Amino acid sequence: MTLPELLQALECDPALGAGATAGSVLALPLPATRLPHAAHVLARAPTRLAGIVCEQQDGRFALRYPFWLGAGLPWLELVTEVGAGETVPSISPRLFAADWHEREIEDLFGLTFSNHPFLGNFVLHDEIWPEQAYPMRHDFRAQDADAAPSPYQPRAMLHAEGAFLMPLGPVYGGVNEAGQFLLDTLGEDIQHCQTRLFYKYRGIEKRAEGMAAADALLLVERMNGTNAFAHALAAVQAMERAAACEVPPRAQVLRSFWAELERLRSHAATIAGLCKSTALAVPTSLAYQRVEELLRLCGAHAGHRYLFGLLSPGGLAQDLPDAAARTLATAAQAVAARLADLAEELLFDNSFIDRLEEVGLIDAKTARRYGLVGPVGRAAGHAGDLRIDQPYAAYAQCAPRPAAAEEGDNLARLRVFLAEAAESARLLPLLAAQLPAGTARGVFTPRAAAALGWSEAPAGASACFVRLRADGRIARLRLMPPAFTNWHAFHLAAEHFAYQDFPIILASFGLAMAEQDR
Amino acid sequence: MRLWALRGLRSRRDLTGFPRRIDLAPGMTPGRPLDGPAAAAAACPTGALQVEGSASRVALDRCVHCQRCRHGEHAMRWRADIAWSHGDGTPLPRAFHHSIHVRVLDAGDCGACLAELQQLPAPQYSLHRLGIFITPSPRDADVLLVVGPVTRAMRQPLLDTYAAMPAPKRVVAVGACAASGGVFGPSFACAGGVAEVLPVDRTVPGCPPPPLAVLEALLAVMGRSLPRDGEPAP
Ligand code: SF4
Ligand code: SF4
Repeated sequence: MTLPELLQALECDPALGAGATAGSVLALPLPATRLPHAAHVLARAPTRLAGIVCEQQDGRFALRYPFWLGAGLPWLELVTEVGAGETVPSISPRLFAADWHEREIEDLFGLTFSNHPFLGNFVLHDEIWPEQAYPMRHDFRAQDADAAPSPYQPRAMLHAEGAFLMPLGPVYGGVNEAGQFLLDTLGEDIQHCQTRLFYKYRGIEKRAEGMAAADALLLVERMNGTNAFAHALAAVQAMERAAACEVPPRAQVLRSFWAELERLRSHAATIAGLCKSTALAVPTSLAYQRVEELLRLCGAHAGHRYLFGLLSPGGLAQDLPDAAARTLATAAQAVAARLADLAEELLFDNSFIDRLEEVGLIDAKTARRYGLVGPVGRAAGHAGDLRIDQPYAAYAQCAPRPAAAEEGDNLARLRVFLAEAAESARLLPLLAAQLPAGTARGVFTPRAAAALGWSEAPAGASACFVRLRADGRIARLRLMPPAFTNWHAFHLAAEHFAYQDFPIILASFGLAMAEQDR
Repeated sequence: MRLWALRGLRSRRDLTGFPRRIDLAPGMTPGRPLDGPAAAAAACPTGALQVEGSASRVALDRCVHCQRCRHGEHAMRWRADIAWSHGDGTPLPRAFHHSIHVRVLDAGDCGACLAELQQLPAPQYSLHRLGIFITPSPRDADVLLVVGPVTRAMRQPLLDTYAAMPAPKRVVAVGACAASGGVFGPSFACAGGVAEVLPVDRTVPGCPPPPLAVLEALLAVMGRSLPRDGEPAP
């Protein structure tokens, strides 16, 4: 479908799209009542919803729905507005990927979405937060959160002889993130899985308001510290677009360089987690040994094992000399090769493969319906990679080769993680070889404006909306990370598999709860 | 079936010399700010740098390793060593000298602190050789390791876990978030550190603290004295 055709289907002027190319954002203002129809059209076109941005503007609420289109095409952003007390027509019945975004806005802003299947008790757990507290509203005061909460009881979904509800988390036996899974089972198989998250809700978006752009970036890094660079890159690019700031070419290439090194380490850690979940002690040790090697390479060259503090609005806070970049790329490639050797051995271990194959299934239809992103989506036949579709940093000149699988099981996800780790390792020396001369530090002169930024984080598409005030501080920071998109469908992979498969399925998704909860 | 045991024996171990000696292989630690000009404090996002006369002093518990005071004209002097743990709590009784069981609780971390804890069993650190075990049950736990700023939803699980542990028990707060709230601070959503909720015996600074710093804190709780390269300045 061409852009004019799509605009026509959306009942907009097809001429609007003239000159809109990849990397630009085409805003389509429309009355709220037309949202469901627009969602209906976009759900059937090759478009992906990145999230929903809600902004309070005095007594009114502005809503934006950014969608990214395929290679060569721009982003489309549906923009609408409602008054306080008005309901927003829900688009979830037409575009199910919007489901959690609407629930989140309902919880945090107190907006009502008409026709939405389930609302309430999502971000703000009933047993902890009072009914009428809406933290993202401007008039929210911290003491509003101290009013009496309401009681909560986990609800069993399965009513049958011998059925029981097994809560897992938020505190675990090992080293795991805080979140809860309510598993309905009749004994062996999980019949129903409810994912209860937001135990780690730190209110990052609220805390960022009024902060200097560079300080807000520290918060974004720590949304998911294990993928800090990728998410901060989405945010910093939003800040730079808003401020119409040019980033030096050297910084652009270095940004891709660090992002690929982070992807390699993050994927290695996911693979190590998958080994651990199958209780294979030696491969687990060997995989974590590789992760440690990559962490040390980052620590030695970036001053931080998780690449904190590298990005700054306008460029990078520190340069990486050409020779160091080449040394680092070679060393990282050597680690990646050792990881690949281990993977080779693992893929010939039948007892390991048996735990992965045809377990934790996500079919292509589900992947599409939930708009799954990253390795989880790509392993279920749902392509899409922002590095290719909406190139940023240095990806236009140094594009990755996409990894893909169709099966949508644990094994397919492992294969995609492995292929992408290898691909990142391939890109590192290429990027190091094309580092332009000049400075990596940029000049950032903020102004009152708003923009969208994005990056392909290790777990998938990450989008960030930033509105800057005239004094350069943050008026609104909206984080739309891939974990939020993918956790939405996780329960489907766990259902109808044996209880002992659960940790393996969980590990194969490689998703952070910190990133989802924010 | 593959012979993984053989494969394990064949592979390089790279085990750290710690705790016999301080190990500072490149990239093991981000280092720490030491001292510097008063002007450095202005850029510190968390108030970890405080002006004292013409110099800046570092409150390591609040340092989030943003590296801002590492570069530029007002840079602090940094040292590539480890900011060790500190605390007033007494070690566990002698019976725990050689072995402890640890319960790990995530009170809202960003993922990096937990990721560093996940590295502890890796061959480079090999936590188990020191008699330290992560336990699946609070009833068997001697030490509660907490990461994160203590979100509202994790406050009660934290109190419940502590209550379920038998005495004697110790609490170790790992990372700037657990120590002081870190970048998340005290807010409507976070308590701003473990000490706001529970008595803390030892605090490990860092964002995140390197694995060796966590090992050192656990050994200190066991009452094992260690080589320490410079005392921490909390
Ligand atoms: S590295 Fe630590 S002390 Fe230095 S500016 Fe950042 S938070 Fe402050
Ligand atoms: S101390 Fe730093 S690394 Fe640890 S959880 Fe907090 S933000 Fe993350």
